[in-house]
Amino acid sequence: MKTAIFIEKRAGTERLRNVSLELTGKAAALMAPFKGEVVGIYVGDKLPEDSGDLFVYGMSRLVFYHNEHLKNLHSTAIKEVVVQFIQKEKPDIVLFGATHTGRDIAPLVASKIHTGLTADCTQLVIDDYKDKGKILYQIRPAFGGNILATIVTPDHRPMMATVREGVMPLPEHKADNPVKVEEFRPDFRDEWLRNEFLSIVPKKSKVDFSRANIIVSGGAGVGSRENFKLIFQLAEALNAEVGASRAAVDFGFVEKERQVGQTGSVVRPKLYIACGISGSIQHRAGMEESKKILAINKDPNAPIFSIAHLGLVGDLKEVVPLMIRYLREEG
Amino acid sequence: MSKIVVLAKQVPDTANIRGKAMKEDGTVNRAALPAIFNPEDLNALETALQIKEKLGWKVVLITMGPPKAIEVIKDALYRGADEGYLVTDKKFAGSDTWATSYILAAAIRKIGGVKMVIAGRQAIDGDTAQVGPQVAERLGFNQVTYVTALDEVSQDAVVVERDGEFQTEVIRAPLPVLLTVTATANTPRYPSARNMLRYFKSDIAANIPPEKREIYDRNGWVIPVLDFAALDAKEEFIGLKGSPTKVHAIKDIAFSGGSLKMYDAHVEGVKMLVRDLLKEYVEVNS
Ligand SMILES: Cc1cc2nc3c(=O)[nH]c(=O)nc-3n(C[C@H](O)[C@H](O)[C@H](O)COP(=O)(O)OP(=O)(O)OC[C@H]3O[C@@H](n4cnc5c(N)ncnc54)[C@H](O)[C@@H]3O)c2cc1C
Ligand SMILES: Nc1ncnc2c1ncn2[C@@H]1O[C@H](COP(=O)(O)O)[C@@H](O)[C@H]1O
Repeated sequence: MKTAIFIEKRAGTERLRNVSLELTGKAAALMAPFKGEVVGIYVGDKLPEDSGDLFVYGMSRLVFYHNEHLKNLHSTAIKEVVVQFIQKEKPDIVLFGATHTGRDIAPLVASKIHTGLTADCTQLVIDDYKDKGKILYQIRPAFGGNILATIVTPDHRPMMATVREGVMPLPEHKADNPVKVEEFRPDFRDEWLRNEFLSIVPKKSKVDFSRANIIVSGGAGVGSRENFKLIFQLAEALNAEVGASRAAVDFGFVEKERQVGQTGSVVRPKLYIACGISGSIQHRAGMEESKKILAINKDPNAPIFSIAHLGLVGDLKEVVPLMIRYLREEG
Repeated sequence: MSKIVVLAKQVPDTANIRGKAMKEDGTVNRAALPAIFNPEDLNALETALQIKEKLGWKVVLITMGPPKAIEVIKDALYRGADEGYLVTDKKFAGSDTWATSYILAAAIRKIGGVKMVIAGRQAIDGDTAQVGPQVAERLGFNQVTYVTALDEVSQDAVVVERDGEFQTEVIRAPLPVLLTVTATANTPRYPSARNMLRYFKSDIAANIPPEKREIYDRNGWVIPVLDFAALDAKEEFIGLKGSPTKVHAIKDIAFSGGSLKMYDAHVEGVKMLVRDLLKEYVEVNS
């Protein structure tokens, strides 16, 4: 068996996106019982500086298509290159990060090679399926997180899926495979470079949920931009990242990049602290995989308590300052 | 006249679930889920209407779904679309994104003269964000996904802003192009009273009594239908059979928090909470 992974850089840096490592680790675990292989494809102007890490997580080969124009997202060109790679390598499974790049390219590839693509999987399992032998079971939430669907692609190859960053935990186990990078020379046509990138402006806020062990999020219940400073102070005392519900973003308490949920980021910290957040389905879709959830809410019937492990019913404007004080005293 | 196609889907309102999402037999309980215009498709429509105001192009809405989905077409007509097609056939039922985009692309080819297709970023029932790009690929169109603003438009190109997660990209995209737009791209306009009066009676031919057909035709109230026979499409590529992905199982998610440890909101409770946090979670950061 063979799994291919679409490798990405984090825009504005020369380093791998976390999801590329997470998918490599997951694929290596999936392939291990079958002595299968994990192959990466990277399309771009320069390999990520830390590509070597992929081999530590179980990749056996990284195929590199070098093209200076493909520093930017030229969808058609990248699609054509990936399609040629798949036709040559014939992987059984192809995984993409459900990033804005992955979600741009993966559907084009699946359409062109006529196979199924399952978006935003939260679990991937290989098992027997009827008379088809081993196939990939692709598990994902649907209907706004109200149901969990298991999707299969029985008759088409490769089986393709996308997975959001932070969903597959990085494996503790390390492989230490030797670094093996292969150059790839597909047929290339300049007419595939259609869009012109007039300017690229880095976003100001550098919210990085993927590296945070603790996230403190505020919702509509925080009440104002001024009060939201309490959330930042609590986060600082815990060395945590700050998140928010969409209501808090819509009210302008914090910037959009901090939104957690269906239309924001999916996070999976060791501890998620929800302050003044009711726990709507859309919010839960982005945080319920957290290891531990602490809910602070003045309404004992708020739905957030049904998924919380630790709870405190009270006014956050009183509770949070106390927490900050005790954290500073004890910590 | 050049045309802009807007792709819009009628979706269950996943934010306002009344009752259980699933029935006892394991199928989706549509009755518990009121049907709405997919939110980001309203942003797609608004983008198209703004382009129409600049270039005078015709805005054509296409929706694929059961006959009830004409609600989406009527809503679009109320907001200023020029025409709407219902793509419907029992044979289309069960289509995944691959088959859906195959059918929608066939409908767009049938309509003809299309220089731009605008879709929502994603539909809230599946959140796949796949149908837009797959339609672009089928049509051989250029594409820009995650469009957050329309800056300029001319007869042969658009300039748009794209949300590249860590960066904002300003892109000049030659036509023909397919855009997928996000909720932040604009604020959708409301239906106008004039258009509501004008299109209130609109319906598909199958629902119009024969004796009224003439009045409907004269007033432009007939919503055109594209069924399997009307499209240049192969049966082996549509519906459940033509879909590479199959739903193997679905289950309702029961929200069980397991053990919930509660703390008192007064001084002692908060102290205990902080101690527990420090003991169990905070050292992971040091
Ligand atoms: C298509 C779609 C996508 C969406 N995507 C997202 C998403 O990605 N993320 C997201 O979060 N939402 C999303 N939403 C919105 C979601 O439905 C909810 O509206 C939102 O999550 C509510 O945010 P909230 O919990 O902060 O606000 P509310 O629901 O208003 O809850 C506020 C809570 O604060 C409590 N409270 C008030 N005052 C205090 C106080 N002084 N002390 C303590 N507690 C207090 C209240 O008891 C209440 O429980 C989406 C909606 C739709 C339709
Ligand atoms: N049945 C459909 N009819 C018309 N447009 C659709 C349909 N399904 C999806 N789309 C379009 O494709 C976008 C992405 O849908 P999805 O891939 O399901 O997330 C939607 O926002 C719509 O613009």
